[in-house]
Amino acid sequence: MRIRLLYFATFKDVAGRDSEDRQVAGGAKVSDLWRELTREMPGLLKTGSMPPAAVNREYTGPETVLADGDEVAFLPPVAGG
Amino acid sequence: MYLTDAPIDSAALFAAARPSDGGVCTFLGVVRNHHMGRPTERIAYEAYGPMAEAEIGKILDGLAREWPDAQVQVRHRVGVLEIGDVAVAIVASAPHRAEAFVACRAAIDRIKATVPIWKREFHPDGTSDWVDPTAGSPPG
Repeated sequence: MRIRLLYFATFKDVAGRDSEDRQVAGGAKVSDLWRELTREMPGLLKTGSMPPAAVNREYTGPETVLADGDEVAFLPPVAGG
Repeated sequence: MYLTDAPIDSAALFAAARPSDGGVCTFLGVVRNHHMGRPTERIAYEAYGPMAEAEIGKILDGLAREWPDAQVQVRHRVGVLEIGDVAVAIVASAPHRAEAFVACRAAIDRIKATVPIWKREFHPDGTSDWVDPTAGSPPG
């Protein structure tokens, strides 16, 4: 299945892009996707362990199972205000 | 829409206070010229726009439940801001001052904690950094 992955701030710098469509295995969890990304881009680990994740614009936990068409983003430490 | 790439008109937010409001508490978050001992020249704000809008909406819903007499308005800038520019404006109004103060403080604290907005500081030496509030910096 296919998801839409968004990158922001320091993660966008590491990835060198702000979004991509990505194939993930059926039943993959948010934490599985993070592991796969950090294998490809160890620079994502510079903010520490798995950052907060959002699926379809809502905060969610590492155990959330991804679905086809999901919009997924891992969020670097936020700094509004 | 709570995010804007245009200058924030805090007077317009103040003007939206209701005739029943006797207390209006305004917080303006302003771009300053230093951070963690380093000079700052300007700041670029980036947001996950649709999620940031939704998160601010949830925060305002929560505030309305906790302080039902308060009306809270929020605007947050995105894009490149110069020193002294208003990055965020909170205007909380209520019949009496206590609720206006507490709702205003809660609004900015919650926005800073959860809304997906990031800022990149540009220094006079040409370098820049994404601000990481979890990296031991003082609250900004």
